[in-house]
Amino acid sequence: MAAVATCGTGAGSTGSMVAAGSKNNVTSFQRRGPRASGSDSSYSRLVSIAGTRPSVRNGQLLVSTGLPALDQLLGGGLAVGTVLLIEEDKYNIYSSLLFKYFLAEGIINGHTLLVASAKEDPADILQELPAPLLDDNVKKDFDEDACNHKTAESNIKMKIAWRYQLLPKMEQAGPVSSSRFGHYYDASKKMPQELIEASKWHGFFFPEKSSSTLNIEPCSLTHGYIKLLQFIQNTIYEEGFDGSNPQKKQKNILRIGIQNLGSPLWGDDICCTENGNSHSLTKFLYVLRGLLRTSLSACMITMPTHLIQNKAIISRVTNLSDTVVGLESFIGSERETNPLYKDYHGLIHIRQIPRLNNLIYDVSDVKDLAFKLKRKLFTIEWVQDNYLRQERNIYPPGFSYLLKQKDSAWGEGSLQHSTFLMSFLAKATAFASRLVRHSEPLEQTGSGRALQAAGPRLWRDGRRQEAPGLLVTPP
Amino acid sequence: MFPELNNLLNTTPDRAEQGKLTLLCDANTDGSFLVHHFLSFYLKANCKVCFVALIQSFSHYNIVGQKLGVSLTVARECGQLVFLEGLKSSVDVFFRAQAEPHPLQFLREANAENLQPLYEFVREALKPVDDGDAAWRCPVLLVDDLSVLLSLGMGAVAVLDFIHYCRATVCWERKGNIVALVHDSGDTEEEENNILLNGLSHQSHLILRAEGLATGFCRDVHGQLRILWRTPSQPTTQRDRSLTYQYKIQDKSVSFFAKGMSPAVL
Repeated sequence: MAAVATCGTGAGSTGSMVAAGSKNNVTSFQRRGPRASGSDSSYSRLVSIAGTRPSVRNGQLLVSTGLPALDQLLGGGLAVGTVLLIEEDKYNIYSSLLFKYFLAEGIINGHTLLVASAKEDPADILQELPAPLLDDNVKKDFDEDACNHKTAESNIKMKIAWRYQLLPKMEQAGPVSSSRFGHYYDASKKMPQELIEASKWHGFFFPEKSSSTLNIEPCSLTHGYIKLLQFIQNTIYEEGFDGSNPQKKQKNILRIGIQNLGSPLWGDDICCTENGNSHSLTKFLYVLRGLLRTSLSACMITMPTHLIQNKAIISRVTNLSDTVVGLESFIGSERETNPLYKDYHGLIHIRQIPRLNNLIYDVSDVKDLAFKLKRKLFTIEWVQDNYLRQERNIYPPGFSYLLKQKDSAWGEGSLQHSTFLMSFLAKATAFASRLVRHSEPLEQTGSGRALQAAGPRLWRDGRRQEAPGLLVTPP
Repeated sequence: MFPELNNLLNTTPDRAEQGKLTLLCDANTDGSFLVHHFLSFYLKANCKVCFVALIQSFSHYNIVGQKLGVSLTVARECGQLVFLEGLKSSVDVFFRAQAEPHPLQFLREANAENLQPLYEFVREALKPVDDGDAAWRCPVLLVDDLSVLLSLGMGAVAVLDFIHYCRATVCWERKGNIVALVHDSGDTEEEENNILLNGLSHQSHLILRAEGLATGFCRDVHGQLRILWRTPSQPTTQRDRSLTYQYKIQDKSVSFFAKGMSPAVL
């Protein structure tokens, strides 16, 4: 691999542009335009970092978060140099799982890890990482999973609920090889010990480091945050992630994972009182983001925002982070018994996506997302049939309904709306003897009104007319 | 610079007004496209710009600026643009004690009283150059954004004092303009932010407020922009003029249309 050289400066042509003009910093915000003749070395160098790929929209370098479904929702992945903030669910079950996926992805890709926690020893966290799913082992598991999955129906072209067909499909789980961008993990197995030992990681366990002295004058940051910032900055500087060591031949990404930031275990009291040290966490995030922007690193932070007493801090923290994802689990809440959510374990809210190097950003159209941890896999799906299920509650089965058309009783009306409703009421073709009208106007002979009032006249030729939009009658 | 927004504001780079304070605020949406607009507008209007960018890095503004037709690197090299990159400088300030007062000195201090070092930086940056080989039209101060200063420990009064000092120097003394972005969380619990926003609203000549739609996310209409012209110095004998438009942000421009008249709907 070629040694790091300065990217082509001076020429304003397309290609890479160095963010910091003075030093030989290579930051993550490089534009990957069409390869100009002079500056191709930096292009190939950055793209060749394992586990990264450029974004299709703005050429931003992306890493995977460990969950391909979440990558898809975030516009391809997590941009290098940014902060992903996960708002923890109530019992910190699924957020710690996402945290482990993030670290496991780093190990598989060969990135350097920096794990910071005030609750668990980072060495123990690394022992608990999930094992990656590789090609041959679990292919048959996926086949039987796909058969049972109800999306087999959705492959049929939707005649009624045609608007739902326009929504993007979530990526289905499948076995992948290790050279792909995102990997799937098996939450029930542990990562093999040899992979963990082969990886390079730095751990910051706050109870161990809290006793050493500070060499920075006391500002409003709490002790724990200052130590953590110094540790991160030392790691970045010594390992050369900020481009300060030009002799490094192979560039790599530093994945920083900080667990439970803001909790009282870090010495911060924003979760305990309302008028606590309200600037400590925000200052920490600001300086952390400054460190990330000037180095090849990406950070995931989990934060118990449901415990923060002062709600203004949450909006400040959101403004200071780049990507914010909130998890809400159904455990212990009233939604556990809601039939709409019976297959899922919680909701996932994409609260903020950054607009990096661009006026626009990739935002998914799908807003109601739920996740489930099923058969060892963490999947995120659009909560389907929301509208249909609500409709079913308003029109319980077993009754008959007369649907009045929009303009006149026998006019055309809104074909799609009424057939949509009708179809789903008439799902089992056990028509009640009374009038379940569909909206297709029949041919009128003579005085139409009298003709169409009688029920049996629906059966014109002895066979029922096939109305568009009605579900096919089972034989 | 978005030509449609210039039409709405009734300005062009040639006829830019002077001595004005423009307040940008966003509620439930991201108003940073307005910052990009004013940055490219004043650079095209041949003004000397001091940009205090506290939220994003230089390359972010540069890449977007190139889409809008200005090059920040060229402007910085020839002296038209003085750029304070908050994120990069914060790392320097925080980890190494500086010899001379740094504009972001308050990051190191436990109880920073005021933003005087930042004001000194702005004043130094927009000092009129006497040699006169490149006479810029008027000095402009652009701040993105002021709410971050509140998050970093400054009080609302300190930030208001800073803007007041800058106004006295830039707007009144040197006949320049100030453009500042403030986030509006809409939450009544955020007292400091409300004080800052109300205080600045009363001082500003032009308020541009980008709001998210009340009905939620929409793919074709990204938000609503309210423009309010004010005359803060004179008592308002007539009503302040106000306009409301909806907008959609595209790759290189923003299109504005009257409420409900989105091209997707018509």
